[in-house]
Amino acid sequence: MTDLTALTLAKALDGLKSKQFSSVELTGAFNAAIAGARVLNAFVVETPEKALEMAKASDARRASGKAGRLDGAPLGIKDLYCTRGVRTTACSGILGDFTPTYESTVTQNLWDEGAVMLGKLNMDEFAMGSSNETSHFGNVINPWRRKGDNQGLTPGGSSGGSAASVAANLCLAATASDTGGSIRQPAAFTGTVGIKPTYGRASRYGMVAFASSLDQAGPIARTVEDSAILLEVMCSHDPKDSTSLNIRTPDWRQDVRKGVRGMKIGIPKEYRIDGLSDEIDALWQQGIKWLKEAGATIVDISLPHTKYALPAYYIVAPAEASSNLARYDGMRYGARVEGGNLTQTYEGTRASGFGKEVQRRLMIGTYVLSSGYYDAYYLRAQKVRTRIFQDFVDAFGQCDAILTPACPSPAFAFGEKSGDPVEMYLNDVFTVTANLAGLPGIAVPAGLSASGLPLGLQVIGKALDEAACFRVGGALEDAAGFVAKPDRWW
Amino acid sequence: MTERPTFRIKGDTGDWEVVMGLEIHAQVASNAKLFSGASTAFGSDPNCNVSLVDAAMPGMLPVINRFCVEQAIRTGLGLKAQINSYSRFDRKNYFYPDLPQGYQISQFAHPIVGEGEIDVDVEVPGKEGYTFACRIERLHLEQDAGKSIHDMDPHATYVDLNRSGVALMEIVSKPDVRSPAEAAAYVKKLRAIVIALGTCDGDMEKGNLRADVNVSVCKPGQYEKFRETGDFKHLGTRCELKNMNSYRFIQQAIEYEARRQIEIIEGGGKVDQETRLFDPVKGETRSMRSKEDAHDYRYFPDPDLLPLELEQAWIEDIRKSLPELPDQKRARFEKDYGLSRYDAGVLTSDADKALFFEEVARGRDAKLAANWVTQELFGYLNKEALELSQSPVTASALGGLIALISDNTISGKIAKDVFARMISGEGEAAAIVEKHGLKQVTDTGAIEKVVDEIIAANPDQVAKVKDKPQTLGWFVGQVMKASGGKANPQAVNDILKAKLGI
Repeated sequence: MTDLTALTLAKALDGLKSKQFSSVELTGAFNAAIAGARVLNAFVVETPEKALEMAKASDARRASGKAGRLDGAPLGIKDLYCTRGVRTTACSGILGDFTPTYESTVTQNLWDEGAVMLGKLNMDEFAMGSSNETSHFGNVINPWRRKGDNQGLTPGGSSGGSAASVAANLCLAATASDTGGSIRQPAAFTGTVGIKPTYGRASRYGMVAFASSLDQAGPIARTVEDSAILLEVMCSHDPKDSTSLNIRTPDWRQDVRKGVRGMKIGIPKEYRIDGLSDEIDALWQQGIKWLKEAGATIVDISLPHTKYALPAYYIVAPAEASSNLARYDGMRYGARVEGGNLTQTYEGTRASGFGKEVQRRLMIGTYVLSSGYYDAYYLRAQKVRTRIFQDFVDAFGQCDAILTPACPSPAFAFGEKSGDPVEMYLNDVFTVTANLAGLPGIAVPAGLSASGLPLGLQVIGKALDEAACFRVGGALEDAAGFVAKPDRWW
Repeated sequence: MTERPTFRIKGDTGDWEVVMGLEIHAQVASNAKLFSGASTAFGSDPNCNVSLVDAAMPGMLPVINRFCVEQAIRTGLGLKAQINSYSRFDRKNYFYPDLPQGYQISQFAHPIVGEGEIDVDVEVPGKEGYTFACRIERLHLEQDAGKSIHDMDPHATYVDLNRSGVALMEIVSKPDVRSPAEAAAYVKKLRAIVIALGTCDGDMEKGNLRADVNVSVCKPGQYEKFRETGDFKHLGTRCELKNMNSYRFIQQAIEYEARRQIEIIEGGGKVDQETRLFDPVKGETRSMRSKEDAHDYRYFPDPDLLPLELEQAWIEDIRKSLPELPDQKRARFEKDYGLSRYDAGVLTSDADKALFFEEVARGRDAKLAANWVTQELFGYLNKEALELSQSPVTASALGGLIALISDNTISGKIAKDVFARMISGEGEAAAIVEKHGLKQVTDTGAIEKVVDEIIAANPDQVAKVKDKPQTLGWFVGQVMKASGGKANPQAVNDILKAKLGI
């Protein structure tokens, strides 16, 4: 029998539908894979019994012919999503053993379509990080290693657990979330596909907030098609989220193999940043060539305010975070460190509950919103944001989608960048613009580095034009024929 | 109408004036909170009206309650204010256990309602009152915090989140209020408006309407310079008196605070800008926090909420549905009932009073009704510290009494006696008059008989009245006394004049 855990989501759903295997069998295989891969530290909560229960119920639905779109498909859930009755901490110490009495809209959508939950996936604390090193539960280890080298590499972040578990066949696909690149960068680091939809496509209700105006849910999956299948279910209009868009979710799956003939693909000159490695540049040129060969027209475009994107992002995101995370005060839930008085209790709770990177961002955020600094930092960053949005509007006057590298480098080793926060932040240089402008962006694996690590390309679409991301992503996937998987060393 | 007097306080260096601006927090009359579906019912067990949003659970998001927005618009229209088609919610960040989110959602930079104006009617004891125009600076929507309870346990503070997230309207006046009485009258007027609009129940005891007063003092002439230039440097440093929910305390607090500031300045000191609390037991204000301790609230637009963009058609629909407001009612009372502006103002200062009056006056002499309501009834209620709703005399009963006066069944004087009996629970006016035989004697024969007897018995007075007709009153008194007050005073007068030849 084939290894059920190696199936794509699409194949697995076909197999379930045609009764080649049951959800209980499929789920059992993933439960075993997870139990055998604890060294990767991808899951922070495993829910094998719950998974089997859900699988049984799914099989019963299939038997009675009432299956949903994801019925019986075992998925991993980023710990950012509140899951009823299952501990949810966003991998922060400050939430202690917090167990929600409610379900996030995105995960509810999955369960409503019959999906099976395998457990909660590791992530950077409150999604603040690009290497998974800020997780309260320790970092995830990337299943990929450099050729001939056993050094542990980061899976990227913040959705490191999602990316690693999909790459290591610990789930069919996973939910993730993206505030500055947290879906696309880990996808690129692990040879998986990740898409962040247009801001407002997916509900933020029940997602632990990092930066409200940037946070957006999305999937990490093995193929472009799988990501489309999952994203279609994750997105919905939700009256409980005022920023949720009241629009229909399209059928994206049928866009994946449409091809790019006649499409205009923009290549932004500003993304050719100083010190861009030859390897990444070569990958980018390869991507351009593939799309040309597939019938697309390549146009040079300019996104002139790109260089201000990263600084603006690292003002807006911490500012919102400093306010969003004020609720973790030890008063109502989560961890609490008693002090001699109220202030000491606040200080003790937050000093011990939050990790260093979160504390750094809370301080930056508090600073940029302070009276006397607000105009110089926050307000200015918002103006930059408007300019960046306008850059894209102008650029999309000339093209249908934009092709860029996903990240400036392949996966790096632990500790390699954690000493210098700015160097770590530079990892987001190609991805933050889509968040600042609210645009959809997909990362697709396109090749291997000289050291044998996956490299990804990014496609940015117009607002609400995820279809373009899927078409271009599908074309790149076809052209690249990326089938490499990490050697199983764990 | 009376001229607006200038309120002055005598200091050692001469006269001082007071300048005030008020911030009223009015709880929006709504069954649900501003951003969650939780109930706003008063008196529920602690922490029972709390949704996941109100408790700021992870991942929870605010969703604006459309009805609360409508109430704010309605209030703005009632204040004759600009309704801003674009407004926005900001976060005001600070830590406190009764503030679960760690921030209050408010409107800082772009309030839903802009400038407006209301006419404030000030009562002056023993004199006719006056009216002044008070400009409104803005009205914005915000969330209330929960309640910290410090006195249940010596070592712990308990928190009740029932109020957390309840919608408040903060209504800010311009510094147009110039005396303690005016401040109280302003709150009273605003309260009457929101009650009439149905946008706040105005219950001050429950804290559903409370006032912060910014008080400063200045020398005569400075305020006029401020009004000319708009430059606050002409005014003194202000102190904010927080959270007052009684007209009496508002006035006491302002009096105390103004004198405190004058003393400081005259003693060569400087008033510190600070927030102060009024202690009604000691009758003084004390410092709550100084400007230096003031929080840096780090206001910024709430990214969880979209800006409020109001359609003009909706605003117009609300405008069309506005009920009669106190000022419109007053104008109608002046016109339809022929009342003085002052009486009309008193009667329309409160929807219940107006309703009561209209019931008394229906089909009766309105001016007489107004006199009886404002003087006899309100006088009695004031003396006994009763609310109108606690009045022992109903509107229809008072109307019955007035009918008896109008048709000359009883005199005004007898009516006061009947009124006293009605208060003590003897029943309807007609029954009391019947029972005690208080009907006015209009039978001229009977009156003539009494008059003849008195003239015969008092030849000296008769001689005197020829020279001094004003001593006629003495005869009237005697006749009334002899008739037990029941003789019709007009008939008595007429008969006396005829018989005495004056």
